[in-house]
Amino acid sequence: MAAGAIPHKRVHPVRSFLVGDEPMTTGLWGIIFFIFSEIMFFAGLIAAMLALHSDTLLWEPTNGAHRVHGDHLRPILFTVLLVSTSIPMQFAAFSIRKGNRKAMLINMGIVLVIGTAFIINQYFEWEEAGFGISDGPYAATFYTLTGFHGAHVIGGLVFIFAQWLRGLLGHFDAKRNTAIEAATLYWHFVGFVWLLVIFPLVFFLS
Amino acid sequence: MATLAGAQTSTYAGATVWRVILEWLTTVDHKKIGIMYLWTAGAFGLVGMAFSLVMRTELAETGTIISAETYNSIFTMHGSVMIFLFLLPIGAAFMNYSMPLQIGALDMAFPRINALSFWIFLFGGVLLTLSFAAEGGTASAGWTAYPPVTLDTGNNAEPPGAGMDMWLVGVILLGQASIFGSVNFLVTIFKMRAPGMTMWRLPLFTWTTLVTGLLILLSTPVLAAALVLGFIDRNGAGGAFFDPAAGGQPLLWQNLFWFYSHPAVYIMILPAMGIVSDVFGVFTRRPVFGYRSMVLALIAIGLLGFIVWAHHMFTTGGVFLPFFMGATFLIAVPTGVKMFNWITTMWRGSNIFPTAMLFSVGFLMLFLIGGITGVFHAAVPVDFALHDTYFVVGHFHYTMSIAATFGFLAGCYYWFPKMFGKFMNEGLGKLHFWLVFIGVNLIFFTQLLLGLDGMPRRINDYVDNPGWELMNMLTTIGAFVSAAGMMVFLYNVFYSLKWGERAGSDPWEGTTLEWATTSPPPAHNFDSLPEIRSERPLFDLRFGERLQDDPHYHVNNGHNGNGSGSGAKAPTASAREEG
Repeated sequence: MAAGAIPHKRVHPVRSFLVGDEPMTTGLWGIIFFIFSEIMFFAGLIAAMLALHSDTLLWEPTNGAHRVHGDHLRPILFTVLLVSTSIPMQFAAFSIRKGNRKAMLINMGIVLVIGTAFIINQYFEWEEAGFGISDGPYAATFYTLTGFHGAHVIGGLVFIFAQWLRGLLGHFDAKRNTAIEAATLYWHFVGFVWLLVIFPLVFFLS
Repeated sequence: MATLAGAQTSTYAGATVWRVILEWLTTVDHKKIGIMYLWTAGAFGLVGMAFSLVMRTELAETGTIISAETYNSIFTMHGSVMIFLFLLPIGAAFMNYSMPLQIGALDMAFPRINALSFWIFLFGGVLLTLSFAAEGGTASAGWTAYPPVTLDTGNNAEPPGAGMDMWLVGVILLGQASIFGSVNFLVTIFKMRAPGMTMWRLPLFTWTTLVTGLLILLSTPVLAAALVLGFIDRNGAGGAFFDPAAGGQPLLWQNLFWFYSHPAVYIMILPAMGIVSDVFGVFTRRPVFGYRSMVLALIAIGLLGFIVWAHHMFTTGGVFLPFFMGATFLIAVPTGVKMFNWITTMWRGSNIFPTAMLFSVGFLMLFLIGGITGVFHAAVPVDFALHDTYFVVGHFHYTMSIAATFGFLAGCYYWFPKMFGKFMNEGLGKLHFWLVFIGVNLIFFTQLLLGLDGMPRRINDYVDNPGWELMNMLTTIGAFVSAAGMMVFLYNVFYSLKWGERAGSDPWEGTTLEWATTSPPPAHNFDSLPEIRSERPLFDLRFGERLQDDPHYHVNNGHNGNGSGSGAKAPTASAREEG
């Protein structure tokens, strides 16, 4: 019909960076929409945190406990670690776009190790918090937000680990890598949300 | 199940009953999942209607038959069942069934996730209704579940029991089902369209599915957050989110809850609007007036829906009144655009009035009353006076409950031939329409008057102020008349499944793609698709050749201002833009 030649489709550099130049699959669209719903879920929780914090008199833990170790160094260290894993994860995606499965597996391995370390640290943070979930709005918010975020980190790690195993089995190549791209986007989301969660939680109390 | 599959006997010729049951339990076919949503939501709707009859019996006269506690349970479950288990899933039913057909897709983008959503929905629904067996009965804090009524603060005589937790978990599950469903709808619309089906050629019902999908996607998670916080507050040592004694804020729940539940109103009404638009496009025998303005109005309603939630909280004193009042008034504009477009579609149309069209016209009338009373409510001073009276009950039933239900009933009559290959009985259909139309107006117009007279909602007894007993009796009579109408409908469904007149693939001379395949469609939906050059591909198929040489066709086309149908002459998208 319209015999005009199909113009060369230029892919936007941001889009190219995030999900490559190939046409986006249904799976990739699906994960993007799903991430938007997850963002709204955390937006709800974070809005609750901000609203409760506006009533500063009742904000602090009712049993008088502050974070036991007092300094903010460890949370900041682990924040940097978690957020920086977005880089190897993105490199994993870059690698598989070029068909380099081995580099992808190594990069994903780094993410898995640091991500697990983050979760272990979260366990100790809870251990040492010095207050329970029912000790006032700060305490309730602290456990709810870090808990839900931790659950999402664990979910992301399971997701990545499953794809890592598939990679070991020889799945994925330069054309067929939707799951890796999806895992990468999801992992960026998990890191980004942590920034929104951790800063208010750490600095409101001090 | 055997009856259910009755219309598709050819598929199951010689199959055993167990084989058929297994087929339906494990299906990932969007059409079967849609039909399962339809039956399940319909069944829950009957349950919800039964609750309303109990309430109306109680309120028919002064004096009590059931206790205040039972009454609380009943109105809570009426609202919860009707909203979460009837209106939301029945929209999902039609979106599942018709949307992929309308865009010429083989199935949804993620068929297995689609099946997962249905089963999560069913499980959540069963959990919600099973709360009758819970210790302490069902949730009884209203469908809005405002804390601290939902909490055990130590001050309430009978703190809500396990039923409240079942309600919270049940609604979380239903929300999860909705979110999976919405991701599916959106990806399907964006990625699975047939060649030639551009966004500006999507049928209006598909457009409503898209906007509804976005509303579900972005608002439901916020409700999930609120429900999770409520669950934490109620369990274990308890959190401190909503209990003022522990440092929480009850108003926080209201903000989070209405951030979902106001868009939820549009999640319920928009699919109904889409169905009505498609029905008008067929039974007036002319394209829907102002196709693009319809789409833009739809998008505007969706966007505005996110910034008006606090108009449910005017009387709390905790919201910025002028902004939310102004934003709420604004919604009347796109809604008015749609009303005028529907009316203008009928204007000088070659209207015919089968039952689907009757219900669509009924939808317009009911939605008009509902919309206008909505504008009353948007004005803060009026809302202060009428808050928590029967005027509110009348208003929201007119809009999101009854108008939406009329839209969905129109959808039932409209797509029944497609789903089951048989017409619904027209005589019974018209009886159904008139009974329900008279019944619901008797109920809800009287409730508007009662509300203006100051009768509060959510009470199981009232003083006999002048006229109240009469008006309550009228309302109760209306409830039973509409219930009788729904029984006629139920009979019509089973009667038509068994003895209904056979319908061909295109019984209504439809304009959208679902009529381009057999009734019921094969598992793969289409053997072949017509060329898609406008938002009415079947109209082009039927009349394109003839109209090609008719100069008046293009003149008319210019006059109705939406460029629809110009595809008959214009094969390319660019040529169409000029039209």
